[in-house]
Amino acid sequence: MVNKMDRADILKSLNENLRIDGRKLLDTRKIEVEYSISKNAEGSARVKFGGTEVLAGVKLSVGTPYSDRPDEGSMMVEAELSPMSNPEFEAGPPDIQAVELARVVDRGIRESKAIDVKKLCIKEGEKCWLVCIDIVTINDEGNLIDASSLAALAALKNAVFPKLDGENVDYKSKTTKKIPLSKEPISVTVCKIGNHFIIDPLTAEEKIIDARLTIASTEGKLCSLQKGGDTPISIEDIDKMVEIGMKTADEIRKVLE
Amino acid sequence: MSELLVKNKSIVVPGEELASGMDFLPSFGTYRDKDIIVASRLGMVNVEGKVIKITPLSGKYNPRRGDMIIGKIVDVSYSGWRVDTNSAYPAMLSIKDATSEFINRGADLTQFFDVDDYIVASIFNITSQKLIDVTMKGPGLRKLVGGRIIQINTNKVPRIIGKQGSMISMVKDATGCKIIVGQNGLLWLTGEPKMELLVVETIKKIEDEAHMSGLTEKIKNFLEKKTGKKIEPREEVRNDDMRMNRNDEVRRER
Amino acid sequence: MTYSKRTDGRKFEELRPIEAKAGVIPRADGSAWFKMGNTAAYAAVYGPRSLYPKFMQNPKVGIIRVNYSMMPFSSAGERVRPGPNRRSKEISMVIEKALASVVNLEEFPNSVVDVFIALPQTDAGTRCAGICAASIALADAGIPMKDMIAALSVGRVADKLLVDLNYDEDSHEDGVDIPVAIVQRSGHVALLQMDGLLTREQLKTLLGMAQEGVKKIFEEQKKALKNKYKAIEEENGE
Repeated sequence: MVNKMDRADILKSLNENLRIDGRKLLDTRKIEVEYSISKNAEGSARVKFGGTEVLAGVKLSVGTPYSDRPDEGSMMVEAELSPMSNPEFEAGPPDIQAVELARVVDRGIRESKAIDVKKLCIKEGEKCWLVCIDIVTINDEGNLIDASSLAALAALKNAVFPKLDGENVDYKSKTTKKIPLSKEPISVTVCKIGNHFIIDPLTAEEKIIDARLTIASTEGKLCSLQKGGDTPISIEDIDKMVEIGMKTADEIRKVLE
Repeated sequence: MSELLVKNKSIVVPGEELASGMDFLPSFGTYRDKDIIVASRLGMVNVEGKVIKITPLSGKYNPRRGDMIIGKIVDVSYSGWRVDTNSAYPAMLSIKDATSEFINRGADLTQFFDVDDYIVASIFNITSQKLIDVTMKGPGLRKLVGGRIIQINTNKVPRIIGKQGSMISMVKDATGCKIIVGQNGLLWLTGEPKMELLVVETIKKIEDEAHMSGLTEKIKNFLEKKTGKKIEPREEVRNDDMRMNRNDEVRRER
Repeated sequence: MTYSKRTDGRKFEELRPIEAKAGVIPRADGSAWFKMGNTAAYAAVYGPRSLYPKFMQNPKVGIIRVNYSMMPFSSAGERVRPGPNRRSKEISMVIEKALASVVNLEEFPNSVVDVFIALPQTDAGTRCAGICAASIALADAGIPMKDMIAALSVGRVADKLLVDLNYDEDSHEDGVDIPVAIVQRSGHVALLQMDGLLTREQLKTLLGMAQEGVKKIFEEQKKALKNKYKAIEEENGE
């Protein structure tokens, strides 16, 4: 792994259409998805982007619907940047990077309306399903956002409802009923370095990018955006980044099949 | 009666019994428990005469006097710099050891080295409490500008450098890259982007196959195939290679 | 009350199937995966590395610090709230003591070796699986250790004494769970906890069963470490 590389040298390489690990600018690393990695979760998955590895698990519980949405269930995403996965991560409450990660993953799924929350309602105004998606990083070699988003989606696809025993959830008895998923939102983070755009950044690249834009899209439609990095970007650049993001999302979606 | 309980050159884990009887002597990575010699770390068993030791295959760098290391500046103070040594202990680089230039009291030290800069330095003092002093006075010791820093297995550094610096010189010649190997498991390189990638690939190969015999020949063939150029082994080794080689020799003697 | 047949069909002194692998987290200095039945643990070791705040440093010897956690989706019941709680803090502490008994950090005064243990799936015996994984990870990280350590739960369900309790047995109304960590060569006990009712004779028998049971785990730990470095040995064997 490259510990440090100056911006100038990374740029020199990018000018030759070469990433610091030998990839082309718009190549992802090898993406792997493994389902059901935790038997106790209602759904779970392991996702690898090259050396980067994250786990996601779904737990379902029964709660009360929000008073302004009595006929809907709800979902939430939390992320842990595990100190196992990167010597710079510390044990303790989630820091801002973990919070951003969780919220970007959350919005990608929520705003795509992939989950039909009405179908999570058990009894209007009284009982509904709460879908909790938890992400834990195992090894961080860059691009945790895209890996986590894909892991969350894969865990959701893998999830089945537990049996409902009157008021209580019988976690030991799983049904065959899947979580109602109508779409597959995929997040792609496009980074800008100088005049170049790259995707699936490595840790050393993440440290020197000018700007990044995480684009979550379903088949043909954008569902959420998050700009990061310190440099403002032009409207033309945003348009190009969105194009790259949506095209790459279609490629990544195939991995889930 | 004394008896060896494992094969020489086999991989052993902590707690594994290596030999029985009082004839064998426990050396690095082993200890004696009554009449049994036991491994105290993961590694390869080396039996030389009556002496049994473990060659480690993993583990962080343990700083030693005389080592040339690649360090990272992590703090700038009034009197000098604090340097991360890729080990459990930071080192101090004081103004007088940093440069022969005269520096005014209260001068801005970041104009020499700033946080996140990498330097090639030499450990000249280390206390039992592991307070480390490094110097930059000496041939080849300097700030590293540009290029990339990669992490390598500190236990494989001698193989990467090679006898008389032969291995690393060959990689340099074949790729045209400048390379510096720190004893502390950091390696700096710079060159043409494609060649930098080839260096990284080659170093990885040397690390993976460090234990194999005829490694130099294998790496020579690998580099010839990749570059399409014939590699002539060099008779003379450059100064900086020699320097690293000296480090290597010192290390082996210990 | 009698417990005539184990819920998963095992013999009373039989361990659940074990999987062990060394070097599963490339960024860590050492790492391991250890699975015992349906309980799975990752362990990652970082260090020896600098220890701050400074007052925690020991000028004589390096210290070991353990952080144990269950992943939020790991439990068979409800979601586990992330972050430390009383249970995870206590478990971290007892694992730390157990591991400290085998590592030798005299070469590394003032430093720390961090051990992170995280479980993606649990079915009783989590601290035991955590110790087994951590022991492999520490060896993989090249940390000086006088010996390997492994842990196993033993206990009583109704009228039977048994090893390696699963969740159903652990939560049996007349059940006793005793996590035990054992140092390989001496057979000494480095972690011992218990809750439930037991006679003095039963405890003695059970500790003997633990000593016997961990032998299988030591074999698996050794195999995992040797597998990672196998290529080297094969070459030398030629």
